[in-house]
Amino acid sequence: MTTPLLEVEALSKTFVLPGRTPFARSAGAVRAVDGVSFKLPRQESLGIVGESGCGKSTTGRLVLRLIEPTAGRVLFEGQDILKLDANALRTMRRAMQIVFQDPQSSLDPRMTVEEIVLEPLLVQGARRDAKLKQRARELLELVGLSAAHAERYPHEFSGGQRQRIGIARAIAPQPKLIVCDEPVSALDVSVQAQIINLLQDLKDTLGLSYLFIAHDLAVVRHLCERIAVMYLGRIVEMAPAAALFASPLHPYTQTLLASIPAAHPRDRRTRPTPKGDVPSAMAPPPGCHFHTRCAFARPRCSAEVPALRTLASGRDVACHFAEELEEGP
Amino acid sequence: MAEPLLSVRNLTTEFATERGPALAVDNVDFDVGSGEVVGMIGESGSGKSVSALSILGLLPTPPARVRAGTAFFEGQDLLRLRASELRRIRGRRIGMIFQEPMTSLNPVFQIGDQIGETLRVHEKLGREAARRRAVELLDRVGIPSAAKRLDDYPHHLSGGMRQRVMIAIALACNPRLLIADEPTTALDVTVQAQILELLRALQRDSGMAILMITHNMGVIAEFADRVVVMYAGRVAETAPVERLFDHPRHPYSQGLLDATPVLERVERRLRTIPGSLPTPTGIDPGCRFAPRCELAQDECSRARPVPVAIAPGHAAACFRTDASAQWRLA
Repeated sequence: MTTPLLEVEALSKTFVLPGRTPFARSAGAVRAVDGVSFKLPRQESLGIVGESGCGKSTTGRLVLRLIEPTAGRVLFEGQDILKLDANALRTMRRAMQIVFQDPQSSLDPRMTVEEIVLEPLLVQGARRDAKLKQRARELLELVGLSAAHAERYPHEFSGGQRQRIGIARAIAPQPKLIVCDEPVSALDVSVQAQIINLLQDLKDTLGLSYLFIAHDLAVVRHLCERIAVMYLGRIVEMAPAAALFASPLHPYTQTLLASIPAAHPRDRRTRPTPKGDVPSAMAPPPGCHFHTRCAFARPRCSAEVPALRTLASGRDVACHFAEELEEGP
Repeated sequence: MAEPLLSVRNLTTEFATERGPALAVDNVDFDVGSGEVVGMIGESGSGKSVSALSILGLLPTPPARVRAGTAFFEGQDLLRLRASELRRIRGRRIGMIFQEPMTSLNPVFQIGDQIGETLRVHEKLGREAARRRAVELLDRVGIPSAAKRLDDYPHHLSGGMRQRVMIAIALACNPRLLIADEPTTALDVTVQAQILELLRALQRDSGMAILMITHNMGVIAEFADRVVVMYAGRVAETAPVERLFDHPRHPYSQGLLDATPVLERVERRLRTIPGSLPTPTGIDPGCRFAPRCELAQDECSRARPVPVAIAPGHAAACFRTDASAQWRLA
């Protein structure tokens, strides 16, 4: 078997909350990411979906080691990036880049577009010569901007154009993996579609893999072959995109899909509305985090944490009663 | 047809900016019938929120100025009322909910007091009576053990619960019209579904009208009876909701529908609208969508299109409605 591009094993991150005053005891801890494991084959994309506080963005940052995990392993092309020193990590990061949600705050307003786009290369020690400047112009054209934009500053661009600049910066060092953290959420629909198509094109032409983090399932469906659903720090279900939408198995996935507004007034939701709110991440329910909102919950669910396991059908679900749910009523 | 509950004509609102006046709302007409749910959809800068705030007299003046127009509600022109007269309508005959329930609630008052305030001001209820009403209202918006929650502060509540409190305040005086400005935008999708369902149930029970302002086509599909599509400060199209989804005739509405990714239609590529939204300070003599429109001809950039009637209740402000009838057939 070939090594996957990215392999994440039992990744966890606990944030300790500071006390109310400087010397006070900690106000508690949040297990933002709690034992997350997945594999990402080359040239495939994995979507991570879930509601606010489910740990999807933290997972993205852990994978790039932008924050240090509390436990677990992140293997990029078989190499554990958590064991690398600063130099080796910097070299490794050529191959793994990120695109952020807010193109406003993720671009330095005092740098020209050329400087922004070339920065990942300059950090890696590239010389800023005519060839590199030419590379900047090529990158801009690749993302649908023009070479003439190179000398301008971020404020001269619209939100969609700024996101294109952010994407140009991410593809500059010819990465294999790009973590996309809600890259289209801040954009208007008419502009969002342009960026989705651009990401699709780049994926095809450059052979990229995305770890695509989003709350909008339709966007993820467009760009990813597989989807992982997270709830309060854990992956509850992982499946090929088509299978997940056709037959969601975990009760939370079912709830999530049932909540999506209809695409046409003819198909208005008649499904039961999900009950309750997402519990606080500081005090998640014991056992299966979802049992407080789950229509199928039984005593075992509040006592025992269900592991993410592969069913006989090949589906990955973290539910004690997944087989029963799979068979249906 | 009966007189609409709210009838807005020629509404024009501008903001003073460093680069000169910005026309945020430019000659906007729309109606909301009694008991009707009207969805107003548009992207940023389309003027949808500014239209609502203009009608309610809630824009800071300056920099904003309602330059022209009328907004008749129950026989009175809201734009000509004195501030004190408008206050008697706002919160009583017209309820409001906004996007961010945290910033709309006062963090230092208990929620019982905030609901009670509306009742004491508008209905002249005493403190005890207001508290009793507040419990009923919290119960009605689905807040569990309502009586215990009265003394909670907003930060004790989740986002969805806060929005329920906002709805309770908006409904305290049984308004005839509820203006909901992106009420679910800051909420997660499971909570959004709950809030939409709650609003629909309340609307059915009370027969109030709702003006739902949103940028989300899904919310429109779920919720609206009739739709007003806004673009760059103007009304592009109005139509009954099913007609808009089946037979949109303004090229912008068509583009918006095609650009929205939906689960049921996973094409490899989304259709896109080229270019980006225009700036509000630019003065265009013609159609504001013309620079991005595939069907644009010379006249589109010369004159402003007026709404063309297409079917009962369906009109599009476009010179090319003959050509746009071929939508998706090509």
